[in-house]
Amino acid sequence: MSFFAYASALALPDNRLNTALGAELEAIAAYQAGAESGLLQKPVLELAVTFQGHHKEHAEILRKTVTQLGGKPVDAKAKYTFPVETLKTQADVLKFAASLEKGAVSAYLGAVPVFGNRDLAKAAASILGDEAMHWAVLRNAVGEAPVPSAFVS
Amino acid sequence: MKSEKGVRPLFPPGGIWGLTPFLLAPNIAFGAGDPKAGEQVYSRCLACHAIDYDRTGPHHCGLIGRKAGSVPGFQYSEAMKKSGIVWNAKTLDQFIRDPLKTVPGTAMGYDGVKDPKERADLIAYLVAAGPCKKQ
Repeated sequence: MSFFAYASALALPDNRLNTALGAELEAIAAYQAGAESGLLQKPVLELAVTFQGHHKEHAEILRKTVTQLGGKPVDAKAKYTFPVETLKTQADVLKFAASLEKGAVSAYLGAVPVFGNRDLAKAAASILGDEAMHWAVLRNAVGEAPVPSAFVS
Repeated sequence: MKSEKGVRPLFPPGGIWGLTPFLLAPNIAFGAGDPKAGEQVYSRCLACHAIDYDRTGPHHCGLIGRKAGSVPGFQYSEAMKKSGIVWNAKTLDQFIRDPLKTVPGTAMGYDGVKDPKERADLIAYLVAAGPCKKQ
């Protein structure tokens, strides 16, 4: 059974899924801003675009799920606020992206227990794993330990 | 001074007087948490929140003493708008421990920070963020 079929069966409140969708849409915009900043050099630029593609896939399945539930999926904002005044180098952009990915790991980790159905929790954990890989790769790219601890929180 | 992550110094621009709303709020265990440790806990919030500006979640500067669901222009859940909560150390502790139990219907689909020390540190960090800078 698909992610959204389970969500439909559980009548999961769509506002929480919309929150996750909103965060994914913001992540897409953040990577777009990074890609257009002129600060990212190959192969880092390709990496950022790849990660952005993953977030687009996450957003698409969340959007479909909210729709399946009869809700109205949130749209991307016309404008997002990012701390661009602090982003002067490639490393700045990567550290900022890493902070967002770390936040995403925590957000999905905090969402998994909210899903009563184990298969739905598994789907959220699958996204969590992808975000964690992004976080680790970004940390490694700026010379930080890619996996700083045995557990995420 | 401001770091790359938009982190504020320990005390707000107004100095310790910027903490007045917090100090006057009831049921507050002032000094129980470590704001520096709280900054690390706050990194968990960065998918949706920032101190100085709205994101998927509302900004956190000026949080202490603010009525829940009251940031102008931010689209809250009906549950949050009707919660009647005013944010102080006690209400934050309750909400952060279990958001969905404290405000059923909140859009913040998060299980909560279960460790009391981590919550105290996080609240200390939010208090230290102080009031919002004038735009």
